[in-house]
Amino acid sequence: MRFGVVVFPGSNCDHDCFYVLKEVLGQEASYVWHEDTDLSGFDCIVLPGGFSYGDYLRTGAVARFSPVMGAIEKFASSGGFVVGICNGFQILLEAGLLPGAMMRNIGLKFICRFVNIRVETNTTPWTCGAGKGQILKIPIAHNEGNYQVPYEMLEKMKRHGQIVFRYCSEEGSVLNEFNPNGAIENIAGVCNREGNILGMMPHPERASEIEMGSTDGLFIWRSILGHCGVNVSV
Amino acid sequence: MAEARVYVSLKKGILDPQGKTILRALHSLGFDEVEDLRIGKYMELKVNGADKDELERRISEMCEKILANPIIEDYRVEVET
Repeated sequence: MRFGVVVFPGSNCDHDCFYVLKEVLGQEASYVWHEDTDLSGFDCIVLPGGFSYGDYLRTGAVARFSPVMGAIEKFASSGGFVVGICNGFQILLEAGLLPGAMMRNIGLKFICRFVNIRVETNTTPWTCGAGKGQILKIPIAHNEGNYQVPYEMLEKMKRHGQIVFRYCSEEGSVLNEFNPNGAIENIAGVCNREGNILGMMPHPERASEIEMGSTDGLFIWRSILGHCGVNVSV
Repeated sequence: MAEARVYVSLKKGILDPQGKTILRALHSLGFDEVEDLRIGKYMELKVNGADKDELERRISEMCEKILANPIIEDYRVEVET
């Protein structure tokens, strides 16, 4: 499978994503500069974490007007797979490719630690290799992960199975005390109605090797690969 | 050259963690009369043009597009020609 990892000024998880895709999973991967507009040949575009444009104004607010975003919109509307991780998720929200908006963490602190997230649906291309209700241990690292969405929209998203991950306990209880950032209904990741665009705050690329303390991030990579008919041995 | 001011604030009903923290700080300093506090953004623009209505329309467009996030924020535009 051919992955494109987008590089904005201020991206800082681009190398991690590239490394995991290429070296750990053995896939084709290349960087896509944010001014590029040609995404032909790619199967999946990764918007990595970081601080694009210094998070000025709002996280992702400036990056969403990068030339590459218009190309990504076209790519996604013709069925291409797009995943936004952390800052990438924030950019997808600002671009309107996913519903909702991101606010500052309720505790006003940057949080960098492992969290547990529960797989709320395994009918998406991103979670089809995991069990429904499976608990993944994946780290978060953000200051703006307090996901908010108007109530009516949230209800609609639930009906269409767009809530993909929720913060939970080690045993899978979705309770307020396991919500690190104040996100509405403990939401850690959502997808569009068609399921080809995923946004998530936790960093699967930081949990894709034993040395990193967890390999649960692999469930996401293996899912999208499996969905596209690629089986990997890791 | 006209001067414009843009005020961006969180929509009512959206929790403002920063505002809450500052409110608590004020209370701990003895300013108990403060009932609520919301934090927003203030922007000053210098824009070319003399037609006030047209300038307001253009700046509102800027707000919808980038200066504010309509999902969580409201905005107010003031133009002085």
